[in-house]
Amino acid sequence: MSKLDSKIPEGKLEEKWEKYKSTVALVNPANKRSLEVIVVGSGLAGASAAASLAEMGYKVKCFCFQDSARRAHSIAAQGGINAAKNYQNDGDSTFRLFYDTVKGGDYRAREANVYRLASVSANIIDQCVAQGVPLAREYGGMLSNRSFGGTQVQRTFYAAGQTGQQLLLGAYSALQRQVGLGTVEMFARHEMLEVVTIEGKARGIIARDLISGKLERHFGHAVLLCTGGYGNVFYLSTNAMGSNVTAAWKAHKKGAFFGNPCFTQIHPTCIPVSGDHQSKLTLMSESLRNDGRIWVPKQQGDTRKANEIPEEERDYYLERRYPAFGNLVPRDVASRAAKERCDAGYGVGTSKMAVYLDFKAAIARYGHTQAVKSGIHNPTAEQLKKFGKEVVEEKYGNLFEMYEQITGENPYELPMRIYPAVHYTMGGLWVDYNLMTTVPGLYALGEANFSDHGANRLGASALMQGLADGYFVIPYTLGSYLSKEISVKAIPTTHEAFVNAEKDAQAIIDKLFAIKGTKSVDHFHKALGKIMWNKCGMARNATGLKEAIEEIKTLREEFWKDVRVTGSADEFNPELEKAGRVADFLELGELMCMDALNRNESCGGHFREESQTEDGEAKRDDDKYSYVAAWENKGNNNYELHKEELVFDVVHPSQRSYK
Amino acid sequence: MKNMNLTLKVWRQKNDKATGKLVTYPVKDISPDMSFLEMFDVLNEQLITKGEEPIAFDHDCREGICGMCSMFINGRPHGPKRGVTTCQLHMRSFKDGDTIVVEPWRAAAFPVIKDLTVDRSAFDRIISKGGFISVNTGNAQDANNIPIPKPDADASFNAAACIGCGACVATCKNSSAMLFVSAKVSQLALLPQGRVEATARVKNMVAQMDEEGFGNCSNTGACEVECPKGISLENIARMNREYFTANLKE
Repeated sequence: MSKLDSKIPEGKLEEKWEKYKSTVALVNPANKRSLEVIVVGSGLAGASAAASLAEMGYKVKCFCFQDSARRAHSIAAQGGINAAKNYQNDGDSTFRLFYDTVKGGDYRAREANVYRLASVSANIIDQCVAQGVPLAREYGGMLSNRSFGGTQVQRTFYAAGQTGQQLLLGAYSALQRQVGLGTVEMFARHEMLEVVTIEGKARGIIARDLISGKLERHFGHAVLLCTGGYGNVFYLSTNAMGSNVTAAWKAHKKGAFFGNPCFTQIHPTCIPVSGDHQSKLTLMSESLRNDGRIWVPKQQGDTRKANEIPEEERDYYLERRYPAFGNLVPRDVASRAAKERCDAGYGVGTSKMAVYLDFKAAIARYGHTQAVKSGIHNPTAEQLKKFGKEVVEEKYGNLFEMYEQITGENPYELPMRIYPAVHYTMGGLWVDYNLMTTVPGLYALGEANFSDHGANRLGASALMQGLADGYFVIPYTLGSYLSKEISVKAIPTTHEAFVNAEKDAQAIIDKLFAIKGTKSVDHFHKALGKIMWNKCGMARNATGLKEAIEEIKTLREEFWKDVRVTGSADEFNPELEKAGRVADFLELGELMCMDALNRNESCGGHFREESQTEDGEAKRDDDKYSYVAAWENKGNNNYELHKEELVFDVVHPSQRSYK
Repeated sequence: MKNMNLTLKVWRQKNDKATGKLVTYPVKDISPDMSFLEMFDVLNEQLITKGEEPIAFDHDCREGICGMCSMFINGRPHGPKRGVTTCQLHMRSFKDGDTIVVEPWRAAAFPVIKDLTVDRSAFDRIISKGGFISVNTGNAQDANNIPIPKPDADASFNAAACIGCGACVATCKNSSAMLFVSAKVSQLALLPQGRVEATARVKNMVAQMDEEGFGNCSNTGACEVECPKGISLENIARMNREYFTANLKE
C-alpha cells in the first residue's frame, strides 16, 4: 500500500474544488487569532499566502533571506501570467487552460490540481488589478493579452517585460500592509535552517539571523515553505544567485518526500554563456517568440555574419519541423530543437552554441501596419523600419535593452543570439491536494512543490501557480488542518525538539568552519553544475547518469574535506550562507540523477536518449511511468521510491504533437 | 576589446560599529564581457585563496530587477553608465589601467551592515504605511470592470517600475527618498482603484519618510539621472501636489 494519499476530493473534475470549498472545515475568527503560521519565502507564493492568511486573522511570521520581501526572485519573471478570461473571444475557457497545462506537462501532472489552478486563474487577475498592479491595457482601457508557447489562444496578461515584478510588488504591498497592521511579523535577512517537528507534526523552524549570525527558534502551528525552485544546482541558471534548495531539502530530511526531482525546465531563449567568469544566465522572455523567428544557417559551420546570410540560406527550423505551432512550441521542444541544430554543427556565434532569434520580419510587419494607420501609403524603407522599431520597442523595449547591456550588440539591427538555459524546476516537495507535504502541518507552495506542471511548465504559468497557491488555495486548505489544531497552545521554544533542531543546525555550521580546506565554495558549486549540465541536462542517458552519481559522491566527499569557509559564524557571512546551500545541492544533485535514471522514458523536459521516436521526438512510456516519483530520505544519502499513480479521467494521454 | 588590469579601492568595514576604510586591491585579466559583480567574484575568489575575508556586497537576481545590488562606483550609484544597475554594468565601460573606487550607499537612513552592504529596511517601513491599496484577497470585481485609459495605465506602470534599490537616496546631497516614495504614491494615485485612500496614503508615507531620517528634496534632479529604471522627477511634483491637496482637505 502506497504511503501517498493525494486526498483528491470525490466527484466530477469541475465540481471537486467547489465542493471542497463548501464542505471544508472552518476555523472561527477567535480561534484564528491564537493560531500561528510560519511562511518561509516571500515571493509570489509566500507573500500572497502570508498576506491572505493574515487578512483572515491568523498570526503570521514571514521569513526571507533577502534584505526585503520585495526582492524574491519572482520579481524577475518577464513575460506574463495566464488566465482563462477569454477577453479575446478566441475560444478560451477554464477547460482549455486545464487541458493545455496537462498536455504541456506531458501528462505527468494531477488532473484535479491543474483544474483547480485553471479555475482560479481568472480571480488572480481580478485580485491583482484591484491591488493596483498596472497590467498592460489597450486604448479602450481594457486589459491586453499576448500569446505564449504551447497554446493557440491569447490568454497571457502582462506588464511590459516586467510582469513578475509588478505582480510581486502587488503581493508585497499586500504583505507590507499586514506588516503595518501588526498581523505579520517580517523577518528579512533570515534563512531557515531546520524544520522542527513534534510528534510527527511540523511545529516551527530554526532560522539564522544573517546579520548577527544568531540561530533563532520560531514556533508555528503550521509551516509553509514557499522557497522556490532548485535550478541553481546547475550553478548556471536564470535563478537569482541566492536561490537555493536548503529549506525544501531540510524538510525532505525531516520526512517530506521529494517529487519528480529530475523534472527541470530548460528555457530555450537565454543569452548564451560568454566565458568562465559567468555567474548566471539571463533569460530573454518567451514572449519574444510571439514576434521573433528562430533560425540557423542552412550551411554547417557558416562563418558569415547574420545579416550577410540571405533569406533562402536560413533554416527556420521550428517553423519547418512544427508548422502548427511554429516558433511557439513549448519550451522543452524548442530547447531540444536548438540543441539538436547546435550539436549537428549549425550553431552560431563564437562558441557555436547559439541560434538566432530575429525580429527583422516583425519590424517590417509592424512597420507596414503603422504606416497604414498613419495614412502613409508609400512608406520608405526608413519609415517602415522606424515605425516597426517603435512597436517592437513598446512591446519588448526593456528586454532589448537588457540584451544590449549584456552582449554589447543592438538587437534592433542584429538578430539576438540565444541558447537554452536552466530556468525552472517542475519537481519539488510532494504535496497532496491540500498542498501539504508528507509531514503533517508542513506545506509547500509555488515552485517549491511539484504539483501542477507535470514534466514541463508552460510559459506564464509559474506566476499563475504561485499566486493561485498563495491567494486562493492555501487560505482554504490550511483550515482543514488547523481546524483540528485549535486546542493546541503555542509550544514554548524551550521544548527539546527546538533545542535539538537548533543543535543540528549549529553542528553543520561548526562542521563547515572546522574543515579549513583550500577550495572556495564556488569551486565546488561550479564543479557540481558542470556534472549536472553535462549528464542530467537537456539530454540524459543511463551511462551518463550512473557516472554523474559517482562523480557527485566523490565531489561531496571532497567538499566536506577541503572547502574553505572564511570569517566566523557570529557575523554577516555570505560565504557561510553559500556553503550551507551548496552542501544541500550536493545531496540533491545525486537524487536528481537517481530519479532521471529511474525514469527510463522521455517526457516533457526530461529527455532520455534511450526513449525517442525515429524523428528524434520524445517518447513517453505511459504503461511504465505514468506516476509521480516521490522519494523518501532514509538518511545517509539513501532514498526509497514511492509511486503515486496518475489517473486521467478526463484527458486521455496521447503523444504530444505540435506539428 | 582586450582583457584589463585594474586597481580597485574598496570600502571595508567589519560591521555597523567598526570604522571603515578604503583598501586597495589590484585585479588582473578582467574580461570586458564580465559584469561588475563578476569582477568582484574574481576578486573575492582571490581573497579566499589568500585566506582573507571576501568583500560582502548585496546582490541577487543579477539581471537588473531585484534592486539588491548597490555599489557606489567612482562617486556614482551603479557606476558610470546611465539606466543600469551594478549587476548590469559591464567591464567594457572601463579601460585598462583604470582605478575604480567602490563604496556603499551613504545615507543616515541606510546604515552600513558590512563592507558594501547597507540596511535599506526603511523603505519597507515606508511602504507599510501606505504603499498599497487596502483590498483583501477574495472576490474582487472583474478586472475589465475598471477601464483605465492607456496613458494612465502606462504612466502608472512607469512609476511602478521602481526597484527600490536606493540609488536616488545615495546620490542625493540631502539623502532624500522623495523619488522612491513619490514613485509609489504616483503609481497608485494614477489609478482609480488607488484614489480612495490617496489622502491618507501620501500623508502617512511622507510622515514615515521623515521619521526614518531621509532629507528633503531641493529639486537638484540627481536622483532622476542616476535612477537605473528612469523614474521621472514628475513623480515628485505629483507627490507634492497630492501632499498639499491632502493637507488642504483637513
